[in-house]
Amino acid sequence: MTAALSLKDVTLTHGDGEEIVLALDHVSLEVGPGELVAIVGPSGAGKSSLLAVAGALTPPTSGTVRLGELDLGTASRRELTRIRRERIGFVFQSGNLIPALTSLDQIRLPLTFGTFENPRDPRRLLAEVGMEHKADRRPHQLSGGERQRVGIARALVTRPQVLLVDEPTAALDRQRSQDVVALLAREAHDHGVATVMVTHDHDVLHHCDRVLEMIDGRLREPLAETA
Amino acid sequence: MFLALRELRFARGRFALMGAVVALIAILVVILSGLSVGLANDGVSGLQRMPVASFAFQENVSKDAAFSRSVVGQDALDTWAEQDGVIGAVPFGNTLVNARTDQGVEIDLALFGIETGSFLDPAIRYGSAEVQEGEVVISRTAAEEGIEVGDTIILQPSEAELTVVDILDDQHTFGHVDVGYLPLKTWQEARAGVRPGDVVPDRVYEEFTAVALQVDDESAVDWAAADEAAGTTSLTREESYGASPGYTAEIATLQLIQWFLYAISALVIGAFFTVLTIQRRQEIAVLRAMGASTRYLLRDSLVQSIVLLVVSAGIGIGIGLALGAAVSATAMPFALEAAPIAVATVLLLVLGLLGAALAVLRITRVDPLAALGGSR
Ligand SMILES: Nc1ncnc2c1ncn2[C@@H]1O[C@H](COP(=O)(O)OP(=O)(O)OP(=O)(O)O)[C@@H](O)[C@H]1O
Ligand SMILES: [Mg+2]
Repeated sequence: MTAALSLKDVTLTHGDGEEIVLALDHVSLEVGPGELVAIVGPSGAGKSSLLAVAGALTPPTSGTVRLGELDLGTASRRELTRIRRERIGFVFQSGNLIPALTSLDQIRLPLTFGTFENPRDPRRLLAEVGMEHKADRRPHQLSGGERQRVGIARALVTRPQVLLVDEPTAALDRQRSQDVVALLAREAHDHGVATVMVTHDHDVLHHCDRVLEMIDGRLREPLAETA
Repeated sequence: MFLALRELRFARGRFALMGAVVALIAILVVILSGLSVGLANDGVSGLQRMPVASFAFQENVSKDAAFSRSVVGQDALDTWAEQDGVIGAVPFGNTLVNARTDQGVEIDLALFGIETGSFLDPAIRYGSAEVQEGEVVISRTAAEEGIEVGDTIILQPSEAELTVVDILDDQHTFGHVDVGYLPLKTWQEARAGVRPGDVVPDRVYEEFTAVALQVDDESAVDWAAADEAAGTTSLTREESYGASPGYTAEIATLQLIQWFLYAISALVIGAFFTVLTIQRRQEIAVLRAMGASTRYLLRDSLVQSIVLLVVSAGIGIGIGLALGAAVSATAMPFALEAAPIAVATVLLLVLGLLGAALAVLRITRVDPLAALGGSR
């Protein structure tokens, strides 16, 4: 079976001349449908860079990125936008919700970007992440954990093939962190979404199917710790 | 539209503030437009209503004082009457006088001397009472000052007397002064300052201000050759407005103020949307990362600016019209006319939208990458 997301020999450099930073150093990664992969590593290791490349936000300096059969290297800017819209979901640190929208509208929003064959029902999805009682609240009336739940629902409403999650628990306490990652694991498994989650939080790794460590732009299996 | 309308509602305080500025500008634009039209009417409505294509003035007369300086005579009239394409050439006299009535009303008048029975005669044009020597027909606006039919107007300082025989239905003014139509002979005496009982030299009855011309086809007349032959300088009716005292300066000033207002509204709206777009940078980056196209985002922001502009300009124009109606009822030179207000509205909207569009284009420069990692 083909991986939902595959990176092959991907490098990414920032800057030019003498100031070149190698953010990704020959990274290869395959994530299957329904799999939740955690990426840990020190600050500046290249974790966000990995998400940017996998999420069609930045073209890699070399190497290939594939979503299923689709090679991102051959896509135009406009096609990349469309790929992000239809096949990729992002969950951002601290939610990054739109201040003007209620929880329910946050989830409806991605569906207004284009037409979708089989989107999930926003109201039911809101209930699934346990937020139906706050459907009419705006982000400033929600707690950090609640914002993340809405953010996760927003990323999933278009039924993306790949879900990319950047430090979802950075602003949350222990219990909320457990709940949010458990929700991510459940959604990934139940709906077959290939999920990559960057985290600093080692307490949540037991929810994940696989844990990889990133150091200095290189990706590898962690030495001792496991889920 | 989904996002645009919800953001309008969410940030309604901010948008209302901006809208209030646009509405105030719209009010000013309406008031200025009313003032322009009012002043123009006050300055030249007497000329505007004349069934005249051109006036032939004394040769090389200065254009901004043509009516007060020009003197022409029978020769010029005869020459113009013979020109190809000219279907009517009659004498026209125009002079400003101070007067009071026997009822004690002080009034300034623009005396328009006309040949009775000619195409300038209000009796021919409006079916008003015919004026005989020593009589005058006055503008509605003079009646508003308290003059009635049957009153005697006493010219200053000559003490010559004119009897008011009729009042016209419309505004006939020239140089902010009410027009009185009177027979050419009476006009000539008034202009010369003839006192009752004076012996009048013949010369007085040979001079008038200009030859009023009617043509069937402007281009059929060889204007230059005719001017040469008649020893005159002809101005079209519109050109002659510039000879109404203060007309050009007033209109130019008001137009300049209006253009400043359009520019200010475009700038203010541009600045508002620039700040708004900069504030929304992170949000826009998130939307782009989620796959919103540039077109989607631009359309969304433009919808916001259109709603803002149309609603606030609409409210402003409504208030402006209400205020204008109140001002119209006073003695201020003010007139609301649909066409200039429509033009002003369109300009306000188009230039405002232009300002907003330039600001909103900034969206295209937001990198979706900024959505990642950035916590605020
Ligand atoms: N736009 C950029 N220009 C130059 N260098 C950059 C840029 N973005 C990232 N880098 C560099 O690339 C490297 C990887 O950055 P990245 O943001 O991927 O790290 P990270 O693992 O996500 O770190 P953190 O845990 O702090 O979020 C860092 O050394 C960073 O300084
Ligand atoms: Mg990072």
